[in-house]
Amino acid sequence: MEHIVSVQFDYYLGLIVLFPLLGAIINGVAGPKLPRRFVHWIGCSAIGLSFVFTALSVHGLYLNAHEGDHGPVYGSIVYDAYQWIYSGGMELDIAFILDPLSAVMLLVITGVGLLIHIYSVGYMKEESGVWRYFCYLNLFCFAMLMLVLGKNMLVTFIGWEGVGLCSYLLIGYWYEDDSNAIAGQKAFIVNRVGDFAFLGGLFLLFYQAGTFDYVELYQYATTAETARLLAPVALPAAILIFIGCTGKSAQIPLYTWLPDAMAGPTPVSALIHAATMVTAGVFLIARLHFLFTFNPTIGYVVATIGTLTAFFAATIAVVQNDIKKVLAYSTISQLGYMFMAVGVGAFTAGIFHLMTHAFFKALLFLGSGSVIHAMGGTQDIREMGGLKEWMPYTEKTFLIACLAISGFPLFAGFFSKDLILWNALTNVHILSVPEAASSATIATLINSTSPVIESGGAVDVTTWASAFHWGFYLMGVLTAGLTAFYMFRLYFLTFRGECRADEETREHLHESPPSMTLPLCALAFLSLFGGWTGWPHFIPKGVPKWLGFGGHGHGGHGAPEYLDWMLGFEHWLDEAFVLSTSHRFAPLFGSHPYTQELIATSVSVAVALSGIGAAWAIYLKNPGLPKEIADSVRGLYDVLMNKYYVDEVYNRVFVQGSVKIGSFMHTFDEVVIDGVLVDGLAWFVEQLGKILRHLQSGNVQRYATYIVLGIVLFALAIRYYQYF
Amino acid sequence: MSWQPTLAHYLILAAGTFSIGLIGVMVRRNALILFMCIELMLNSVNLTFITFSQYRVDLDGQIFGFIVMAVAAAEAAVGLAIVLHIFRQNRSVNVDEVTELQQ
Repeated sequence: MEHIVSVQFDYYLGLIVLFPLLGAIINGVAGPKLPRRFVHWIGCSAIGLSFVFTALSVHGLYLNAHEGDHGPVYGSIVYDAYQWIYSGGMELDIAFILDPLSAVMLLVITGVGLLIHIYSVGYMKEESGVWRYFCYLNLFCFAMLMLVLGKNMLVTFIGWEGVGLCSYLLIGYWYEDDSNAIAGQKAFIVNRVGDFAFLGGLFLLFYQAGTFDYVELYQYATTAETARLLAPVALPAAILIFIGCTGKSAQIPLYTWLPDAMAGPTPVSALIHAATMVTAGVFLIARLHFLFTFNPTIGYVVATIGTLTAFFAATIAVVQNDIKKVLAYSTISQLGYMFMAVGVGAFTAGIFHLMTHAFFKALLFLGSGSVIHAMGGTQDIREMGGLKEWMPYTEKTFLIACLAISGFPLFAGFFSKDLILWNALTNVHILSVPEAASSATIATLINSTSPVIESGGAVDVTTWASAFHWGFYLMGVLTAGLTAFYMFRLYFLTFRGECRADEETREHLHESPPSMTLPLCALAFLSLFGGWTGWPHFIPKGVPKWLGFGGHGHGGHGAPEYLDWMLGFEHWLDEAFVLSTSHRFAPLFGSHPYTQELIATSVSVAVALSGIGAAWAIYLKNPGLPKEIADSVRGLYDVLMNKYYVDEVYNRVFVQGSVKIGSFMHTFDEVVIDGVLVDGLAWFVEQLGKILRHLQSGNVQRYATYIVLGIVLFALAIRYYQYF
Repeated sequence: MSWQPTLAHYLILAAGTFSIGLIGVMVRRNALILFMCIELMLNSVNLTFITFSQYRVDLDGQIFGFIVMAVAAAEAAVGLAIVLHIFRQNRSVNVDEVTELQQ
């Protein structure tokens, strides 16, 4: 992150952001008058050009790498667009930074974004006023790119708020229906709670470090003297920023908006509420990894929240009957995995899962969109079934996505999910600041218990820390099983078995047009092979290399030779997360954890397969069984069906509470502010006026008398002043 | 040794005339009488000016006296013109009956 490459084409970074903005402006201003075909072309080519320049810049970043001690070092490309704020000692630029981390995000956003734009052309065919849709979609891409490319936290914040706005606009796209508009408002308001905390954390950091710049903040946090200054605010700042992330990334306690956000058009759910915007929280934590590894407490908070979210969202997804609701809860659950990863310091694993999740979850949403399209708007899976017959492409790609998310071997989700689970079990924080004079000083300053005891070069993990890590791992494995189960429940109920649709719908059933099936196929390809950039460490040397992935001779950090076949993806992000890989984490089982990786992987594959098998046995083999099971555990089923009554509790506590406070305030305003203060003052003045009006007789001589009396009183006052 | 009036005598005389004028302004209703009372007050002020001028051997006070007399003359000219017009309109110079500007 510190190493900045200077290149000729740094303005490409500006162009990447500019094209979607131009697309949004053209469609927004001239859209209503343009023919439909033009609107499509402008919308798609804006994001397409953005994708081309992203690819060129990332390629340039790759070419400009120089050989470091541990293989190539990619550094980062910086582009200062213009000076934004210059005030006192503060200089703030609209500046962009391209490093391996933002490169991954950019490729996901523009790549998946492009496919979804193309898909939208087919999906929105029957809508009028489609210019509004493409304008918002381009604007969203612009904001998301700002968020990812920002070199300082305020540029990121612009993007952060921008994506929130576009999310609101697109959830309420069909605003004629009140419930859609309300869902949009809910998303916006819940996000405000998080954004408020995020701003607080941002200001706290600025107050202490005096800068918003990521590179400067990184240096501030990793230099011994300044790290000591940062220590007191690191925990509150990180917690506040994390609350912001729980809002944007739909984690406990601010996740309730995401299922309702499914009111928007399905491609929007795919782009915003699965692939890109909701991962912004994970990205931000990865961006600020030096802050989140500063104090182990933060990491455990993040990982605990992530694990709980992953598990509880998965349990809710098991019983939902709305195809998009299942996917929504599945997204929340997968995001929980990512937070688990970044919480234990496995940033690479978190970003890896972010990428593969973007592929297969976008595919799942687009597939469900194709189904909804064919079903004429029905989203209830109880009315589907047997769609395989009519929709071969959708069915096959959907199956690939289901296998990927379940963690079936060699599919994308398998690699990333197992990397996370293995890291959750083995990655333990070591409390140390690189270059710090004494880690003990920092430890006392941040006043936290170290999860690792270092003595004489050996590290010993404390009992409570290993309890946490076992908890993360076991919950994670359980969630993986649930994931496989509910995804295949969805698949079997939708595409296999008897068709339960009525005659009218059945006649209407058709495969979607090529503009929709082509993006599905492209995403299916990515869901199949997207994970191959990151092979597990235990795969014998040569296999990934033979396949053309992974492995630049990587043997640094004093790690064993296993690291020679380090996965390519991990190495690409290595430099971005140098803190997490070299300095601050100790494996729970000593320095050779790859056996554990093999065991962990085997366990999760077994769990995934049994999840798939259970779904097959329950939903395909014995169609009567689900009802029997539901009846036998009616209480649990109702709790899950009603999503743990969280919405009801929030409604009772926060919404009704706000209404109560509001009505109290209203009464207070009417009686005290308006009644006593405003009206009371007016009344007093009026009464005073009624008395004093008698003085104003219009008789000049009486006035003269008053003057004289006044002078006399004044004279007397001066004369006898001393006696008063 | 003949009796010589002191500073206090002059000032008491001035204060007395001023008070007479003031009370006249406050209690009388006839516009002309009011004018005379105002002249009385102005002249009592003049007397004070001149007294102090003499007492402090300084000509400034006498200059003030002249200025006040000039202003009083001008005021009397304008004021009497107004009173004359009021009389033509109302057939009276009673100030209580002049109320047009009050509304």
